[in-house]
Amino acid sequence: MSDLRRDFPAFDRASGGSTPTAYLDSAATSQRPRQVLDAEREYLEHHLAPVHRGASAAVGHSTTLFEDARATVARFVGAGEREIVWTENATDAINMVSLGIADASAGLGGASARSLALEPGDEIVITEAEHHANLIPWQRLAAKTGARLRAVRVDGHGLWSIDDLAAELGDRTRIVAVAEVSNVTGYLAPVADVVSLAHARGARVVLDACQSVPHRPTDFGAMGVDFAAFSGHKMLGPNGIGVLYGREELLDVLPPARTGGSTITRVTLETAEFLPSPHRFEAGTQPVSQAVALAEAVRYLEAIGMDAIARHESELAARIVEGVSALPGVRIIGPGVGVERAGLVAVSVDGVHAHDVGQFLDEAGIIVRVGHHCAQPLHRALGITASTRASAHVYTTDDEVDRFVDALAGVRGFFGVSDAPAAAVIA
Amino acid sequence: MSGLSGLYQEIILDQARARHGDGPLDHADAEHHEFNPTCGDELTMRIRLDDSHARIAELAWQGDGCSISMASASTLAELATGRDVDEVRELIDGFRAMLRSQGQGEPDEELLGDAIAFHGVSKYVMRVKCAMLGWVALEACLTEAGSPTHPAVE
Ligand SMILES: Cc1ncc(COP(=O)(O)O)c(C=O)c1O
Repeated sequence: MSDLRRDFPAFDRASGGSTPTAYLDSAATSQRPRQVLDAEREYLEHHLAPVHRGASAAVGHSTTLFEDARATVARFVGAGEREIVWTENATDAINMVSLGIADASAGLGGASARSLALEPGDEIVITEAEHHANLIPWQRLAAKTGARLRAVRVDGHGLWSIDDLAAELGDRTRIVAVAEVSNVTGYLAPVADVVSLAHARGARVVLDACQSVPHRPTDFGAMGVDFAAFSGHKMLGPNGIGVLYGREELLDVLPPARTGGSTITRVTLETAEFLPSPHRFEAGTQPVSQAVALAEAVRYLEAIGMDAIARHESELAARIVEGVSALPGVRIIGPGVGVERAGLVAVSVDGVHAHDVGQFLDEAGIIVRVGHHCAQPLHRALGITASTRASAHVYTTDDEVDRFVDALAGVRGFFGVSDAPAAAVIA
Repeated sequence: MSGLSGLYQEIILDQARARHGDGPLDHADAEHHEFNPTCGDELTMRIRLDDSHARIAELAWQGDGCSISMASASTLAELATGRDVDEVRELIDGFRAMLRSQGQGEPDEELLGDAIAFHGVSKYVMRVKCAMLGWVALEACLTEAGSPTHPAVE
């Protein structure tokens, strides 16, 4: 896959690319190929016009490009076109669901929205490993409706089990919200089991697909999830656009969290009636050039093949896990050697704070993420405040991950903690 | 790795291990907790003033964080314990100015003492907050303890 690095201006030192040597922070944001950058520029230079507003030929053309982009993304994730809503990012998409359900619970959306409403004593189940984006919206929804938030606990490696999830489900469970791939542990959730357990209880499944859609084949329809969220900027696409997936019959009744122009059929001074999905959710002027560029990112990924990408990243993950597991005083968070995991690996170095680890790696030209990765409860469960994460994408090379492992080997020596103290132990 | 050794001077790594002032403090006049949400570093600063309220009689902190934040709290404990409140405020202002310098200029060694070792941190924007952690906490303690002459800064 090394040839495709030429597509990425950020890696092209000769033409002044700025990304140093080893970019291992794609789980935070991915680099973008020239094709994606060009598609956005091409739209802005030649096709820029408002969408769904007015009657000119230019508007028609721009609207077609915008809706074609939706169709491309829909096909990519196994969805119908009316099941794909543009949002700002994945965080925004999850909030659209939680805020919409809060509205439904307050009686908005009428009888048809009642099936989504929560009542005091209803339960929302999440896991301790969730990104704050898939945690705080549910905390707020629980506070507004009197529902209870229940968390599936993680073990000493940061992993949760399907049995523990099953044990948290009950007759009052209405929503189960989990990440398909954890952005800290790289754990691949057993989504099919989650869906069948949740549906057996009459609960709806919200899937945080931020770290999965960019890296592996996805078919939301076949998975049977009710809602899902992902972001453009993690899949070689632009910032400022994300996607909410929802089953058509649910999106058609979910009250829109944001209202205003473009979302309506008939408006009087007192009332408004809303369009069906997806337009009922897309209030105000939309991120059109971003949608067009995101569709180009999808075509770029498809041309390589999502199976091939998943295989490539799984090999890189195994290479990191193997390398790191040989280093004294460095612990891997998440699945260990020989266990399938996504292409991201977070570690904790005994006796050295993650910020110091990150600084040391930065100096060696290796870009990683340090901190709690928006997963404070998970880190707290592991008894640490922060960790160091290396993450890969389609363009990541063996050499980059080897450099990460080699540099990591020097960290404890530099900070003078070579003989293993018992600090920062992950059981 | 010259950049790295400029940041992590030997004295900083020594201070991070020594953790001067680390511990509880009974009968504190003021206590302040600081938390850096980006990295999870946290620190609680406690001080006891002398009877005239003009001098820091005792200072102690407890916390968990990176070597920069721990070393700077340790250095601060050495510099501020037993000093006049007014002097310590000047010291904090000088330290903050040095950390905002982005590596420019020469730090005032007479004012800052051993804290000049943190001059290198000013080149690393993402680490300035780490170095300020204990100092911001002490500043809040001084305000809380109602030291008469200066209003709160930041
Ligand atoms: C698992 C997971 N969920 C949600 C998010 C939030 O994504 P965004 O910041 O693009 O909304 C992220 C990205 O940081 C993530 O990794």
